[in-house]
Amino acid sequence: MQLDYHDTANVRTITVHEDRVDAAVAITFKDKMRDLCEDGPDRVILDLSQVMFIDSSGLGAVVASMKQASGKALELAGLSPTVLKVFRLTRMDSVFVIHESAAAALGGGLANAS
Amino acid sequence: MRPERLSFMGHARDLHKGSILPTCPRLHLVFPSDELAVRKALKSSMAGLAHMDMSADEKGTVELVLAEVLNNVVEHAYGGAGQGVIELDVSRDDDILVFDVLDDGLPMPDGETPAGRPLDLDTCAEQDLPEGGFGWFLIRELTQDLTYRRDGNRNHLSFKMRLGDKYRPN
Repeated sequence: MQLDYHDTANVRTITVHEDRVDAAVAITFKDKMRDLCEDGPDRVILDLSQVMFIDSSGLGAVVASMKQASGKALELAGLSPTVLKVFRLTRMDSVFVIHESAAAALGGGLANAS
Repeated sequence: MRPERLSFMGHARDLHKGSILPTCPRLHLVFPSDELAVRKALKSSMAGLAHMDMSADEKGTVELVLAEVLNNVVEHAYGGAGQGVIELDVSRDDDILVFDVLDDGLPMPDGETPAGRPLDLDTCAEQDLPEGGFGWFLIRELTQDLTYRRDGNRNHLSFKMRLGDKYRPN
């Protein structure tokens, strides 16, 4: 489970370098997100553009990441159609701000792709 | 690379392949009850179903449902201990995929598949958002004819998924 981040003045972009966020990696994902959200800017964009598959455990880990980053805004970017479908079916698309891409999130303010 | 075989696993890993062919419209997988084995089983299943010309959306849906069902077996029926065996059988009935999942783990609570509910948006503050419990909602939402039986010491879950108009067997 490889995640890295890049900071601009007021945004931290965390990129997930995995094609799956599933039951096998959910706990690791959540722990790494906790570490990466501990410091840095208060606005965090989670770039999921390399993730082609997410299951309910992975979804739960993304939700947990938002909750544990209390006080910070966690936004999502670059959801593949399959990943977006899971967010829509569970209505989690209404909980997160979802951007078309990390670039759109950084450049275009708060355009919500859903 | 061939994984090490442990004594309790039997021939699970040897049977870890298959495809639904026109001449043999059945896919049968037997694998150990851990999350990485489930990943492999999903990969094998999707490879076995590849020639069915499903849309990307349908493939994503089938993989999601299988992931939810199989990981439930790993986590709940076998309690995450990783020492059980799971059997997955997929057959085709025209444009319907028929799934049977068998395991020797604990029975479902109250002998029934759990109810699944979507997020209740009216009552949910951020800190109260659920981090789990979506699996059964997704399974119920995306499948038909979901049935659960306890046969002796075995759990037997079966369900169907109807493919869209784009389905074309080769």
